[in-house]
Amino acid sequence: MQVLRRSWILFLAIALALGLGAVAQEHGGTLIFARGGDSVRLDPADITDGESVKVCQNIFNTLYEFDQGTSTVHPALATSYEVSEDGLEWTFFLRKGVMFHPWGDNPSYEMTADDVVFTFARQYDEAHPYHEGDFAYWGYMYNYISQVVKVDDYTVKFILSRPSAPNLLNLSCFTAMIVSKRAMEDMGVEEFRNNPVGTGPFKFVSWTRGSEIVLEGFDDYWNAPYPYLDGVVFRVIPEEQARLIALKAGEIDIMDSVTPDNAPLIEQDASLTLLEAPGLNVGYVAMNQMIEPFDDILVRLAVNHAIDKQTLVSTFYKGRGEVAINPMPSNLFGWNDEIVDYEYNPDLARAYLEAAGYPDGFDTELWYMPVFRDYFPQPKLIAQAIQAQLAEVGIRAELVTFEWGTYLEKTEAGEHPMAMLGWMGDNGDPDNFIYVLLDKDAATVGSAGNIAFYINDTLHDINIAAQITVDVDTRIALYKQAQVIIHGDAPWLTVATGNRMVGVRSYVQDYDLNPVVKGRMEFVWRND
Amino acid sequence: MLKYTIRRLIAIIPVLLGLLVLIALLIEFIPGDPARVMLGQHVSEEALAALRDRLGLNRPFIVRFGIYLGNLFRGDWGTSIREGRPILTILAERIPATFELSIAAMIISSIVGISIGILSAYRQYSVLDYVGMVIALIGISMPVFWLGLMMIYAFSLVIPILPFGGRLTTGVALNSVTGFYVLDAILTGNLAALGDVLRHLVMPAVALGTIPMAIITRMTRSSMLEVLRQDYINTARAKGLSTQVVVLRHAFKNALIPVVTVVGLNFGVLLGGAILTETVFAWPGLGTWLLDSIYARDYPAVQGGVLFIGASFILINLLVDLSYAWINPKVKYD
Repeated sequence: MQVLRRSWILFLAIALALGLGAVAQEHGGTLIFARGGDSVRLDPADITDGESVKVCQNIFNTLYEFDQGTSTVHPALATSYEVSEDGLEWTFFLRKGVMFHPWGDNPSYEMTADDVVFTFARQYDEAHPYHEGDFAYWGYMYNYISQVVKVDDYTVKFILSRPSAPNLLNLSCFTAMIVSKRAMEDMGVEEFRNNPVGTGPFKFVSWTRGSEIVLEGFDDYWNAPYPYLDGVVFRVIPEEQARLIALKAGEIDIMDSVTPDNAPLIEQDASLTLLEAPGLNVGYVAMNQMIEPFDDILVRLAVNHAIDKQTLVSTFYKGRGEVAINPMPSNLFGWNDEIVDYEYNPDLARAYLEAAGYPDGFDTELWYMPVFRDYFPQPKLIAQAIQAQLAEVGIRAELVTFEWGTYLEKTEAGEHPMAMLGWMGDNGDPDNFIYVLLDKDAATVGSAGNIAFYINDTLHDINIAAQITVDVDTRIALYKQAQVIIHGDAPWLTVATGNRMVGVRSYVQDYDLNPVVKGRMEFVWRND
Repeated sequence: MLKYTIRRLIAIIPVLLGLLVLIALLIEFIPGDPARVMLGQHVSEEALAALRDRLGLNRPFIVRFGIYLGNLFRGDWGTSIREGRPILTILAERIPATFELSIAAMIISSIVGISIGILSAYRQYSVLDYVGMVIALIGISMPVFWLGLMMIYAFSLVIPILPFGGRLTTGVALNSVTGFYVLDAILTGNLAALGDVLRHLVMPAVALGTIPMAIITRMTRSSMLEVLRQDYINTARAKGLSTQVVVLRHAFKNALIPVVTVVGLNFGVLLGGAILTETVFAWPGLGTWLLDSIYARDYPAVQGGVLFIGASFILINLLVDLSYAWINPKVKYD
């Protein structure tokens, strides 16, 4: 009887808790989002820094947008699209009734094909009157788009110089955010960068440099009932410890960029919640095949068997990451789950070295990054650990580093025998890892993305085939095959994917820890 | 006095020129290509080349420096590579924040430092003296960074009586007139904002002022001790003057010269040294901006920022020298 009553009470308690937990989303309130640095400029076409992207993410929209939590996309400012048979013409049908934010004395107006064409033409057309800036991402990721033309007020056509399967994902990234043509013409580029006008869930209110950017919910937002919040403030708090104290004290609501050391402090606090998800990144050690003995597959295999990656992840990532088996993160489509990672086995590593003609090992250099990233939270310590494990099998690696810009230059020029580096995905497409980092096209000395200088023609053919094919299943099959080839050739020691972590006050609901999109506040609401 | 001032002002020109050359050379030797640092890994070779070209990085050092100097004489401090905005505009935004913080730190450190210094000197070898000197020693050896974080922890979290950082609570309205928020609040008669601004100012000012406070305390004490041993102090005492008058009017004014020097020098140090304090307290001043600019290899910004701080330092030194005449009429400059 006693037991029965207890279980009833338990049942009631659970029901009550579930009932209370399932509160409907509520409108209202403002949230303060604290990050480590200020934005640079708010012109989505001409930014490369994450802090500018985070704010733009809330002011602008793209034709298609990333779903909550994943790197798949859904229609946004466009409702659908068609691709021509040869893959060279992409026609997008625009959503009707999408309004731009009002600015100055100007009322809001409806977005049309003119705004979309303007957004892209000012990036690719050097003679365009509003082509002011570096447009670094355009040159790097969108150079296959040769023209964007208006078909009618609600239809635009993208003309490509070569087929590109990642096009839809690319058009969902920040560089492709649609800006207001009239606002930019009215203000000029310089002024627009400080007073951006878009169609997004929040409109720009003010910017106190080095301190805060204030945004206000846009009443005429096309994607009702979003946004739930009345406003968002992006505050700059450079020091992570200060950011943590501010979160604990309730002076801010969301703390960006939590490092592994501080994560437990947030988890232990009942009034806070730690949001954590695998990042869209991979950290690796590239073995330069232009330099002996790394041109020898046996040596590369020896290195792969010499390192205990699991210990690296539990020690230096504090378990907040996962061992990387493939050269792309596991949350990306096409990730091959059938590949078994190289076993940590120093004896086998020694055997490979002996077979390669290095029974006594050899001397080399291991380069490590001077800056930390999610994929290498403590580069120097990780390098020391790898150095020690390599020494166990007889590979005597000297640690080397340079200032970050120089480091990138020297590794791109192939001056390193072994170098630690990593990659954070831009658009959530495997092409953005496999092609950019391992294709022979990317192995140009001086500007290499492929700093292993690994050349495999079969892999290249697969990469090109996957770029041309739009069919997702075919592409997945191709990338799975690509990963098998890469695994066999072992150009890298893939190390780990680091988690992304954000700390929030517990009343902050539905913050989207998306692998591609950062800082999106559209769906967030306050439960208090 | 006037002649001296003019002479000193003219002497500033070669000093500033030397400073400019020095900064330019130092920057030249910092490794790292600004275009590369700015655009990072995700960039095409063409975009890098275009940016280098636009920034004039392909030209030789002498040519770039010459162009920079020429522009500077015309009042053009250049454009920030990172932000794409004129350096002077950015300086105008940032300077008031840093000056406000440095002035507040200077006021706090001078009042506290001089008071403790006088008391310690007057009661040499007393408990008060030892306590004062221990405080000064701790103050001088405490890393500002750590102290700042401890203060935030104590006064924003454990006993939440002060805001943790920034200059103004989000949502508090304040019309910016001068950029000095305390002044703006007073000018616009906005008492609510004034309270908020002052509350934000307390912790960073105390943190920034700790080291100068310690230095001023020690300097005041030793200078006072020296003066208090002079014959004329004994004379004053023998005349039957009260202790207060002897210490404050007779001794203190004469002990002030080295103290003023230290205060002046420290103000310059505060301007440049606010970087750590500004970082900890999220204070949007010159320091945090300069740090970001250095990281980004934003050469025009670094050059402009350092030039401004250097020029301020030189001017403050001049003012300190001129103030000697006011403190001690025996000092003549002509």
